[in-house]
Amino acid sequence: MFDIERWQEIFDTIRKNKLRTFLTGLSVASGIFILVILLGVGQGMQNGISQEFEDDASNSIWVWTRPTSVEYKGLNPGRFFNMTNEDYGFIYKKNEEFIEYQSSRVRIWNAIASFEKESGNYRIEGVFPDFQFIENETMVAGRFINQQDVIEKGKIAIIGNKIKNDLFKKDIDPIGKYIRLNDITFKVVGVYSDKGGEREEERIFVPSTAAQQVFNRGQNINNLSYTLKPEKDFQTAVAKSEEFVASMTSYLKTKHIIAPSDERAIGVNNSLEQAKRFYDLMFMIKAFFWWVGVCTIIAGVVGVSNIMLIIVKERTKEIGIRKALGALPVSIIGMILHEAIFVTAIAGCTGLIFGLLLLEMLGPMIETDFISNPSVNFNVALTTVFILIFAGAVAGFFPAWRAARIKPIVALRDE
Amino acid sequence: MIEIKDLHKSYHMGSNSLHVLKGINFNVKEGELVAIMGSSGSGKSTLLNILGMLDEADSGAYFLDAIPIKNLNEKIAARYRNKFLGFIFQSFNLITYKNALDNVAMPLYYQGIKRKERSEKAMHYLEKVGLGDWATHLPNELSGGQKQRVAIARAMASEPKVLLADEPTGALDTKTSYEVMELIQGINDEGKTILIVTHEDDIAHMTKRVVNLKDGVIIDDTLVEQVRATANV
Repeated sequence: MFDIERWQEIFDTIRKNKLRTFLTGLSVASGIFILVILLGVGQGMQNGISQEFEDDASNSIWVWTRPTSVEYKGLNPGRFFNMTNEDYGFIYKKNEEFIEYQSSRVRIWNAIASFEKESGNYRIEGVFPDFQFIENETMVAGRFINQQDVIEKGKIAIIGNKIKNDLFKKDIDPIGKYIRLNDITFKVVGVYSDKGGEREEERIFVPSTAAQQVFNRGQNINNLSYTLKPEKDFQTAVAKSEEFVASMTSYLKTKHIIAPSDERAIGVNNSLEQAKRFYDLMFMIKAFFWWVGVCTIIAGVVGVSNIMLIIVKERTKEIGIRKALGALPVSIIGMILHEAIFVTAIAGCTGLIFGLLLLEMLGPMIETDFISNPSVNFNVALTTVFILIFAGAVAGFFPAWRAARIKPIVALRDE
Repeated sequence: MIEIKDLHKSYHMGSNSLHVLKGINFNVKEGELVAIMGSSGSGKSTLLNILGMLDEADSGAYFLDAIPIKNLNEKIAARYRNKFLGFIFQSFNLITYKNALDNVAMPLYYQGIKRKERSEKAMHYLEKVGLGDWATHLPNELSGGQKQRVAIARAMASEPKVLLADEPTGALDTKTSYEVMELIQGINDEGKTILIVTHEDDIAHMTKRVVNLKDGVIIDDTLVEQVRATANV
């Protein structure tokens, strides 16, 4: 490889055959370029879709109630019903093995919150300590609800960043201040932020028990939320979550006298199932991009092989002359392969660099929900370059080998 | 220098077999200038190809400088060609994208000589054939006679034991032919063994010995009075 004489010989040949070299290089470079772009866009779509799921823990399950839709045991359809603390406790007892985090929710819509002269309309949610992790809330200041608050039915509140900005002046630290929620005093102990943006920060969290007592909800709760323990792979996780959802709904239906066939009464949002659909779609898209990319590479390889064939054909006479002058067959093969590998390597890297540059430049300019930060795994791209070089070498080897075996008189006769 | 005993060669084309060389016995001493003559199909080119190790005989013995040339694989043949033989072709066979100097240096490259020394040696031989000023020209910028002289310089660059020329003047006009022959005679005068295949009488008579081939056998092998090419120009 590091035979300087060979290199000089090859540079000579390349210099004297610019068009041929350029065409070989072009087919390789464009192949790699297209592959890089495709993979980049594929990755961008994956990033985009992943981001859509980022704001909530992606294996969360939400349960809420709606009016029944099927007549059952003498009860009319259209009946409202409420889940209770009892349901929450029972579901936990029955499914302890699956559950990572859990929280019931008591919702008070359009509550008026006020501090000194400022006030606003927000939603109050009575939750358990785990809720912080289910909703992926980040604490900006203070703390979230703890178990003690729940037991003591403490009148404490955790407010969103937006509410803090609405109600409190800039230089006032809200922690320890008392705010009024529907005219009942709560002490602010924490401020949170949510990746979901301002809409998600317009909520005030209070302990579930306190909400039920203070706002006269008795034992009733509005909905349930869970996250499940992580599983070793996605398929198992989906299966487990479906099992959990089935067990839970069947319990709730029996308890609240709802027809087993009633699909409406209990609303379940299993984000894992949603995620699965998106991941499946994404997998298809990625697979498709890969497929197109691989086809492009194959086309590139075929192009390189073709050019190699033509080069060898064109150089048959030259090979005959070289052999008559004492070239060994090995040196003929080496010369042709060396040139082919050198050209494909340079062209491949050029295509790679151009592709990466384009992604780097255009990437940040693309702003849609479904494509974000398109980029390519550098190793993957580099691997493809090597595959292409290798394929080019293999493709070049056979014609070169055949040419090296042609008897010099036959080659010299070739006019 | 060259010793050939009972050389046979046939070509097979489908079911037909063409017996080209039918027992050639032939010796060349060092420093000889030999013309091999014969009409087309007489086997003269085949003989030259076998001598040049570009082709192999079916049977018979061939010694080059007392080394038996048989059962050659590609590798050994290539090495022998590089070391022992210099070729001059009718169609010059220069590499079109290399300049005159690089063409002459080519056999030296395959001898593993370093670039600098290669260029010096090649330049020396180019000057010897009178083309020192044309070193950087590509073959298509040269006339036929100049091309052949570059080819001769190339053949000599590896300092072979024997020069083999296949119709070296076949593609040249008479005047250029004589110039080339003058050069060849000069090289021979310095002691190099040279074999020339030709079908032109006047060219043949510029050598020292004429071997006549007909239908695969030598019918005549005579020493001749050498006509100096300069006298004819």
